[in-house]
Amino acid sequence: MAKGTWVVVDQRDGKIRKVTFELLSAAQSYGDEVTAVLFGKGVEGLAAELGKFGADKVLVADDDVFANYNTGAYVAQMAAMIKEYDPAVILFGHTSMGKDFAARLAQKLEVGMATDCVAAEISGGKGVFTRAIYAGKVLAKVAIEDTPIMATIRAGVMEVAESGKAGEVVKAAVAATAADVYQNVKEFMPTVSSRPELTEAEVVVSGGRGLKGPEGVKVIEELADLLGAAIGGSRASIDSGWLGHEYQVGQTGKVVNPNLYIAAGISGAIQHLAGMSSSKFIAAINTDPEAPIFSVTDFGVVGDLFKVIPVVTAELKK
Amino acid sequence: MKIAVCVKQTFDTEAKIVLKDGKISGDGINLIINPYDEVAVEEALQIKQKQGGEVVVICAGGDRAVEAIRQALAMGADRGIHIKVSDADADEYARAVMLAEVLKEQAADLILCGHVAADDGSSQVPTRVAEIMGIPHANVVTKLDFADGKAVCTREVDGGMEVTEVALPAIVTCQVSLNEPRYPSMKGIMQAKKKPVANVDPVKVDSKAKIIELALPAAKQAGKKIEGEPEDTGAQLAAWLLNEVKVEVK
Repeated sequence: MAKGTWVVVDQRDGKIRKVTFELLSAAQSYGDEVTAVLFGKGVEGLAAELGKFGADKVLVADDDVFANYNTGAYVAQMAAMIKEYDPAVILFGHTSMGKDFAARLAQKLEVGMATDCVAAEISGGKGVFTRAIYAGKVLAKVAIEDTPIMATIRAGVMEVAESGKAGEVVKAAVAATAADVYQNVKEFMPTVSSRPELTEAEVVVSGGRGLKGPEGVKVIEELADLLGAAIGGSRASIDSGWLGHEYQVGQTGKVVNPNLYIAAGISGAIQHLAGMSSSKFIAAINTDPEAPIFSVTDFGVVGDLFKVIPVVTAELKK
Repeated sequence: MKIAVCVKQTFDTEAKIVLKDGKISGDGINLIINPYDEVAVEEALQIKQKQGGEVVVICAGGDRAVEAIRQALAMGADRGIHIKVSDADADEYARAVMLAEVLKEQAADLILCGHVAADDGSSQVPTRVAEIMGIPHANVVTKLDFADGKAVCTREVDGGMEVTEVALPAIVTCQVSLNEPRYPSMKGIMQAKKKPVANVDPVKVDSKAKIIELALPAAKQAGKKIEGEPEDTGAQLAAWLLNEVKVEVK
């Protein structure tokens, strides 16, 4: 019978994404052995860190063909390991890698899957996952009864807790070869930014139409850097070209749930609110006292962001 | 190049969602082509303009899905295929099987889709279709070129951008920054009425993932809202950030 929970490790160049630790921590409550599944080349050294956050075992697929993520080799290897070890549950972070990997694997195994989940209950061979569909306008509970139970989980929705497990290394037999690779990665261009990624940030400072232009972006950047925050934007500021598309928060952009979201000059269209209203604390600055954004804020300031934010920044610097 | 574009019909992203008898109500909702799929249609049209060929639009959905197909035809696509799916709860597995069945017959050189649907946000179907068809895929593409029978895809990945080459035929999923979809012209709308749309019944397949409950999230309570001089309101906001949120100042 299938047993054990597998968490697929999301890492690049030996740096593990936080969502992996969130999943390992959450998996502790499923009452089964937790295995971190680690792909890469020369990555065994990461096992201790994975153990710290809850991996009883670390199943390592180490080979040149796994040096960088590619769907073909990773899926082929994963399918072979699933056949050998028969896990009951496989969880991925809902990251670029996670959603790509999980979807192709789920189809290879011909199982159902819940993606971008914000909550998970797993017991007795059944998974019930909560998905925030319509970018959070509706919560859907999805039942998965296949073996293995597969899901991708949104970053930031589960708490990280250290549990000091062994992180015992188990070396997997390498089952994939270069012939399994069908995506030829020619180049990787890392984002050069001193700021955290939007979907992983603890604090997000976002700007909308009220930014009025690049000078408004500077105002929110200064506040963001003081708070170690990521920058975001509403559709208005992206369509105006003040911020790149990758900064868009909302139903046609990214869904974020940081500890703190500061909305500057954002009126709060439904499609934007859907992308940020699950943030723990929300503050807004807007000149219009009737702006819909104020219906979801914990602390709203009616005023001009160009006047209010510099005061906030100066006060925080004290 | 023969290009197939899979489009999904979704609610307008400004739509407010209402539940009726435990289901999402479509009453009075404006339906649109999923914005990411609209980018896929535009990309197909631009490739056709450069290289020639044919653009086939495929949509799986209920009766109203034909409106989405007509819109894509009005933008300039050549013909449509409407897979008549009555089950609104068909899961990603079932939808992928249905689409793959039709796509196999079409034998397109390139299949374009949006990388995610603005309604269910699953990001599963195109990648699943690629697996069923046994062809490569490249997800979340922001720039698409062709060289030596291959698609050269600039993709958004965690922590940066990647340039990935895949051999054709392949499935490429589009990010909104790929292009700016055109509005259908009046001429295009008139021509679309005469373009062929084939109706096909889906292959019979059962869903694996099942939605067992839908609920609206608890409405967030509006908190404090202050007005006044910026020196005062800014200081109060800063105090709230420090004392309530307990932010760390770098």
